[in-house]
Amino acid sequence: MAEDQNKILDEVTGGEYKYGFYTDIDMDTIPKGLNEEVVRMISAIKKEPEFMLEFRLKAFRHWQTMTAPNWAHLNIPEIDFQDIIYYAAPKKKPELESMDEVDPELRATFDKLGIPLDEQKILSGVAVDAVIDSVSVKTTFKETLAEKGIIFCSISEAIQEFPDLIKKYLGSVVPHGDNFFAALNSAVFTDGSFVYIPKGVRCPMELSTYFRINAMNTGQFERTLIVADDDSYVSYLEGCTAPQRDENQLHAAIVEIVTHDRAEVKYSTVQNWYPGDKEGKGGIYNFVTKRAICKGDYSKVSWTQVETGSAITWKYPSCILQGHHSVGEFYSVAVTNNYQQADTGTKMIHLGKNTRSLIVSKGVSAGKSQNSYRGLVKVSKRAENARNFSQCDSLLLGDKCGAHTFPYLEIANNTAKVEHEATTSKIGEDQIFYCNQRGLSTEDAVGLIVNGYVKEVINQLPMEFAVEAQKLLQISLEGSVG
Amino acid sequence: MNVACRIVDLQEEYIKLFNDQLPLIQSGSPEKMNSLREEAIKIFEEKGIPSNKVEAYKYTNLQPYFKGSLNLAFTNEAAHTDVTQHFHCEVPQLNTYNVFLVNGWFSAKDSDTNLPDGVVVCSMREAAEKAPEAFEKHYGEIAPTKEDSLVAMNTAFAQDGAFIYVPKGVVLEKPIQVVNIMTGDEDRLAFQRNLIIVEENAQLKMMLCDHTMSAQRFVVNTVTEVFANQNSVFDVYNVQNQHNLTTQVQGLYVHQKKHSNILTNNLTLHSGIARNNVGVIMDDEQCESHVYGLYLTDKNQHVDNFTSINHDKPNCQSFELFKGVMDDSSTAAFTGKVFVAKDAQKTNAYQSNNNLLLTQNAKINSKPQLEIYADDVKCSHGATVGQLDDEAMFYLRARGINQDESRVLLMFAFAYEVIEKIRVEPLKEQIRGLVEKRFRGEFDKCDSCVVCGQPGSNASCL
Repeated sequence: MAEDQNKILDEVTGGEYKYGFYTDIDMDTIPKGLNEEVVRMISAIKKEPEFMLEFRLKAFRHWQTMTAPNWAHLNIPEIDFQDIIYYAAPKKKPELESMDEVDPELRATFDKLGIPLDEQKILSGVAVDAVIDSVSVKTTFKETLAEKGIIFCSISEAIQEFPDLIKKYLGSVVPHGDNFFAALNSAVFTDGSFVYIPKGVRCPMELSTYFRINAMNTGQFERTLIVADDDSYVSYLEGCTAPQRDENQLHAAIVEIVTHDRAEVKYSTVQNWYPGDKEGKGGIYNFVTKRAICKGDYSKVSWTQVETGSAITWKYPSCILQGHHSVGEFYSVAVTNNYQQADTGTKMIHLGKNTRSLIVSKGVSAGKSQNSYRGLVKVSKRAENARNFSQCDSLLLGDKCGAHTFPYLEIANNTAKVEHEATTSKIGEDQIFYCNQRGLSTEDAVGLIVNGYVKEVINQLPMEFAVEAQKLLQISLEGSVG
Repeated sequence: MNVACRIVDLQEEYIKLFNDQLPLIQSGSPEKMNSLREEAIKIFEEKGIPSNKVEAYKYTNLQPYFKGSLNLAFTNEAAHTDVTQHFHCEVPQLNTYNVFLVNGWFSAKDSDTNLPDGVVVCSMREAAEKAPEAFEKHYGEIAPTKEDSLVAMNTAFAQDGAFIYVPKGVVLEKPIQVVNIMTGDEDRLAFQRNLIIVEENAQLKMMLCDHTMSAQRFVVNTVTEVFANQNSVFDVYNVQNQHNLTTQVQGLYVHQKKHSNILTNNLTLHSGIARNNVGVIMDDEQCESHVYGLYLTDKNQHVDNFTSINHDKPNCQSFELFKGVMDDSSTAAFTGKVFVAKDAQKTNAYQSNNNLLLTQNAKINSKPQLEIYADDVKCSHGATVGQLDDEAMFYLRARGINQDESRVLLMFAFAYEVIEKIRVEPLKEQIRGLVEKRFRGEFDKCDSCVVCGQPGSNASCL
C-alpha cells in the first residue's frame, strides 16, 4: 500500500506547471539595478506628481538602512537587488482607446490564463484589472462601475486622477518604512489597482486583478489600495501566475485596505506563481505585505487565500481592528510541494471594543517542502470584550516535509477570550481504508479527504474562484499520501 | 571571598570580573568544570545578557535585573552558617532527604546513612572525587551553552551546586529535597549548578526549592542537568517561593534514554522575576515525558516559562500542560516548542497552555509552537486566555454559593489540573492546600516557605 501511495504521489507531484508559458511581447524596460536615479526614473516615466516622488524617495532612503528579515522559518538565498529590472512594461502603442487595440499577443496570454479580458465575452460578470509585469494593461467594466460612483482603475491612473484620495490613504496602513520588502515596494512600485467604494454602495460585481510576471529578470512590485467608505461592500479577487524559468524572480507587493463605518471588504487570493521545478530550481519569491485597517465601527475585513505557488512565500495578511465591534477574518490554505517553502499567517490586532477575529489556517505539505503558520493575536489594554478563535491544522503528506506552527498570543486585557488550537497529522490509514472499502481508489480517497480538509476555507471563496482553487489543489496534491 | 561589583555595562564588567577572579573561580572546582569555562565566557561575551530583542527572551528583558551593585561569593566560607539549622521540612507525612545550599554553595545535608547503598549526594566540588566517571561523562553535556547566553554565563561562573547519582536498579523511596537559601546583608548574584544522574532501572523523585531569607535583592542563575537512563523514572518538583526582589533564571535540561519516564513540574507560587527554561531531549525510543507548570502571580511579578521538547527518536510521547492565574499588574509568558525530528515517526505530543486574567492590568503572552519534520505523528497544541466561565459561575450561584466562594472554587478547579499531576502524594496534598489558601487570600505568601512553613523576611511584601 505504501508503495502504491508513493507511486501515486510521484505521479501527481510530477504534474507540470501549466501556466509556465512565456509571451513574446515588445517590452519597455529600464536597465538593471536600483539607486535613487532608478526611483526618480520610475516616477518620471509614470509622470507622477511631486508628492509621489517624495514618498518613493523617503521609502528608498529608509530601505537603504534596513536589512532583509531572517526570522521566518525560511531558507532564503541572498537576493541581489542590483540584478533586478525594476520597470518592465508592454510597449505602449500610442492612443490605446478601444479593446481591439490591445496587443493581440497580450490578449492571447490572458485568454490562455482564462481571464475574460474581452468585455463582450464576459458572462461571469467580473471586472478585471490585468497587471502584466509592472503595468496595468486593461481594466474592464470601468463604465458600469463608474455609474455607481465606484472607482476601479490602475493605481497609476488613480495617482493622476484622484491625487487627494491617494495622498490620504496611500501608506496609511502600511507605512513606507514598515518592513524591508514594504519599503522596497514603496520606493519602486510600478502599478497595481485602486478601488474606492463610495458611501452606501454595494459593489454589484466581483472586482478582480490578475497579476502576471512575464519578462525575464524583472521583479514585480505592485500596490493595491482598497478604500471602502461607510456602509459599502466589495469583494475583491486576486490571481497570480508566471512563466517557468530557471532563475528566481522577486515579487514584493503591498495590499492596503481601509474600511470605514459598517463597511465590508472581502479579499480573496489564489496565488499560483511558478513554484520552481522538482529540484527546487527557479520559482517566484513571494514577499508580500497585506494589511487592512478596520477604521470604522462595525466594519469587517475578510482575507481568504489559497497559496499553491511560489518557491518561497512570506506573507501575513493582517487586520488592525480599530473600530469598535469590528471583525477580522483570515482563511488560508497553503499547499507546498517539492522544495517550496511557505511562512504565512496573519496578525489580528485588537484595539477597539467588542472586536472579534477568526483565524482558520490549513497547511498541506508534501515532497521536501516546509510549511509554517506564523500568527499574532494581540489584544491591547483598552480592547474590551475582544474575542478570538484560531484553528491551525497541518497535514503532512510524506516523510521528508515539515509542518510548523508559531502562534503568538499577547493579551493585555482581562475581558478577552482567546483560543488557539493546532493539530498536525497525516491522513489516517483507517480513513483511506474506509474509502477503499467503499470502492474509492486510494487516489480518489486522498483527494476527497484533502478537499474535505480545506473545505472550510474554499467555501469562503466566491464561486468562480472556488472552482479554480479546487482544480489547483487537485493539480498539486490529488492522490498524494506518504 | 566576597567580591562587590557594580554593573553598568553588563557583559564588559562581567567579563572583567571573570578574568580578574579566574584563579579563585578555578580553585577547588573540578577539572571538568574549569575546562569548559573559557569557551563559555566567549559565548557569553558574544551574546551578552539577553534583552527582549532576542527572540527567546522576547517577553522577558533581563538586562535591567543584572545591573546595579551586586555581591558575589567566590569561596564557600559564607555557606557554613547556621541558617540551615532552622530549616525543617514540615510537610506532613513527607519524609525527605534534605540538602541545603546557601547562596548557591553546598552547605549541609542529612546523614548518608539515610541513603541506599551506592547513592551519591554531595557538592559538585566533591563529585569529581566521589563519582569521577559519571561526573566526567555527563557534566556540561546537555546544557545548551552555545544557544543560551545565561547558560554560558553559568558554565563560566558556577563553582558549586548539588550532585546526585543514583546507581543501577536503586529505587529511592524518599524524595530528595534540595533547598537553596538566599540570604545575606547585601544584594547578591549567585550561580548554582546541579548535576543529576539516574542510572538504568533507577528511580528518583526530587524537589528543588528556592527560598529567600533576607530582604535583599537577589539574582540567581541556576542550571540543572539531568540524565535519565534506560528504564529510569525521574520526577522533579520545582517550588518557587521568593520575595519580589528576586530575579531567578533557572534552566532544567533533561536527557532521556530508552523507556525512561520523566516528570517536571514548575510550581511558581511567589517570585519577583522568574524565568524557567525546561529542555527535554528524548534521545531514544519509547520515552515518556511530562512537563507541567503552574504559575500564580500578583503584584508586579513576572513569570516566563520557556520549554522545548525534542522528539529526536520515534515512538516517544510527551505531555505538556502549563496553567496560570494572573492577578494585579503581574505579567506572564509561556513559550512551548515541540520539535519532532525527521525520522521520529509515531510521535505523540500534546501541549496546552491555559490562562486566567483576573484584572485589567494583568497580561499574558503565549507562544505555543510546533516544528515537525516527520509525517506519522500526532501533535496538537492549544492555548487559551480567558476569564472564569459565566455559566459555571451562575450554576454555583444558583445553588446558593456566594460569589467569592464560587470564584475560589472555579479558580481552584482550574489550577488543580496541574496539582493533580504531582506524583508524590504528601506534596500534592500540601500544594493543594496552599493553592486553595492562596486563592482565598488567607495564605500570607510573604511570610513563609510554602513547602517548609519556615519564617521568611517581612520585606517580601515590598
